[in-house]
Amino acid sequence: MTIIRDKTKSQNSNSQNFTQAVTANRLTDGYVVYLTDRDSWSERIADCQIVDDRSAADDLLQRATDQAADDLVVGPYLFKVATEGGRTIPIGQREILRTTGPSVGTDLNLA
Amino acid sequence: MYRYDEFDHAFVAERVEQFRGQVARRVAGELTEDEFKPLRLMNGLYLQLHAYMLRVAIPYGTLSAKQMRKLAHIARTYDRGYGHFTTRQNIQYNWPRLEDVPAILNELASVEMHAIQTSGNCIRNTTADPLAGVAADEIDDPRVYAEIIRQWSTLHPEFSFLPRKFKIAVTGSPNDRAVTRGHDIGLRMHRDLAGNPGFEVMVGGGQGRTPIMAKTIRNFLPVDHLLSYLEAVLRVYNQLGRRDNIYKARIKILVQSEGTDTFAQMVEAEWQAIKDNALDLPKEERDRIKAYFGPPGYDDLAGDCPELNLALDLSLAANPRFAAWVEANVQDHKQPGYAIATISLKPHGGIPGDASADQMDAVAALSEKFSFGEIRVSYKQNLILPDVPKLGLLALWRALDGLDLATANAGRISDIIACPGLDYCNLANARSIPIAQRISERFTDLAREKDIGEISLNISGCINACAHHHVANIGVLGVNKGGTEYYQVTLGGVADENARVGAIIGPAFDEWQIAGAVEDIVDVYLRQRQTNEKFIETYQRVGPQPFKEKLYGTDRARQAS
Repeated sequence: MTIIRDKTKSQNSNSQNFTQAVTANRLTDGYVVYLTDRDSWSERIADCQIVDDRSAADDLLQRATDQAADDLVVGPYLFKVATEGGRTIPIGQREILRTTGPSVGTDLNLA
Repeated sequence: MYRYDEFDHAFVAERVEQFRGQVARRVAGELTEDEFKPLRLMNGLYLQLHAYMLRVAIPYGTLSAKQMRKLAHIARTYDRGYGHFTTRQNIQYNWPRLEDVPAILNELASVEMHAIQTSGNCIRNTTADPLAGVAADEIDDPRVYAEIIRQWSTLHPEFSFLPRKFKIAVTGSPNDRAVTRGHDIGLRMHRDLAGNPGFEVMVGGGQGRTPIMAKTIRNFLPVDHLLSYLEAVLRVYNQLGRRDNIYKARIKILVQSEGTDTFAQMVEAEWQAIKDNALDLPKEERDRIKAYFGPPGYDDLAGDCPELNLALDLSLAANPRFAAWVEANVQDHKQPGYAIATISLKPHGGIPGDASADQMDAVAALSEKFSFGEIRVSYKQNLILPDVPKLGLLALWRALDGLDLATANAGRISDIIACPGLDYCNLANARSIPIAQRISERFTDLAREKDIGEISLNISGCINACAHHHVANIGVLGVNKGGTEYYQVTLGGVADENARVGAIIGPAFDEWQIAGAVEDIVDVYLRQRQTNEKFIETYQRVGPQPFKEKLYGTDRARQAS
């Protein structure tokens, strides 16, 4: 996967390339999940809803927070993404690893 | 080994059922995450980057074969077939499901283990010299005192909500193999002039963002006063430690701000008020605990030693790989005819500290065959069979070799301590494991490793320093710059009885440069060393400048100075 470096200083920047999605950990197993446009949670980043302005991001996070209050997920937050050739790509090493799983070992049998 | 008494069994079983109810209420939505989080942390359950992580205590690093088999069973049944042994003599499972955790805790309770106080602002698992009971230089077995501390500190009502986590390490030898000065309290055993055992008490050590080596506040504490003195230290800390700033909440900051002498005086005043009471440890009680840690049924091999040594010498001469393993991984035992064997969990290119369920089962079986069914876990993330007859070493090595557990690198450059790093840890800034793998792959030549000799290389993925990089001869710290991983190098750290913090050598390296930088550091050492000089001795003699010049060139080295 191409690593796209995070050159902006704030996750809530009003920059022109403001694309974000919401991620969290699922309550039952802690797995990484992404909020979809159907208010469901998917293990695939390809399913995530992407927003490109602050107002929409606030709405997205609020929906995710409501879901967390319903005890489906833990700790939802916004993170930056880019789209390349129709693919959604997380920005920054931490989010890349959350998406792909550990970069080492033989335990990478993620569903 | 220590066996649970009725109280131990009862409270661990009660705790399992209590947590089962808490998990059920959380899943049913009756507890919010904010309400549940402190409860799960008290039971060692973290939520990490990809999944929950369960940290299980291995008190003073001692396991029976039965316990090791249970750890393997848990890895196979509830996780992904492996476990990760840590620098604090714990094992971590990286993929348990929340609803399975009560069942896991129940399994652990069946072999007298638990995950209580492996997280949270309480007294954590007390660690000890992994060679306890078998080291030739030992005054007394530190596990006796670590077990007494475990009983005193477990669910201690006054110390369950300290300003910050609190770690204690104990060694029964003047040679420190437990990094005692790197702990909130370090206890190192000495004898007084009359020959009585007692502890040097060191307080305020820790690594993290403010690495400080513990200061001695009492040169000699008679062992019967151990608990009252610890209680005095904890009480002063609990009352005065900062709760307003997480970065200044550890006892090391309190000791630093008050001054060592003032802090010692406060402890002394508190101790004088509470000593000679129910916390005293009469000899009978110490002996009762000590009986659990008595030597196994050694054969009297003293008279056979010349023959044993000859047989071993013949085996060594006939098999250079076995000889290399014995040289690196086998240590002298206090009992004639026996040896201490380190099982390296650091295969070249492997993940430091990881063991598969099959390997754990195999080690359990080997411990029964060769070492009275006992296994030790070292802070260096290796396993140890403490009581191996010398004549069994060849058969043991052959068995380990078939399990990929016979890497002859204990104490060598590829015996790397590494934290889980950003591959697993929610706090990490950078990956540790792949860096360790890349470095170890550069040192696969055993002859070269032997030539480099004794050295320590530790890699932490963030400033919390779980891999003890500050006290490594070569320390590597992962940092994040603009979303990209970089690695800062420190040189000159020491983890033994002369513990000291290493110094940053210069600007950080990226993930593709760092392994080469380590090779450069080793090359400088090999060129600069004098006869029989270890890496740290060469570094202390020549200082950082030759290393800086090699790493950064003469001009940049001057700037970095």
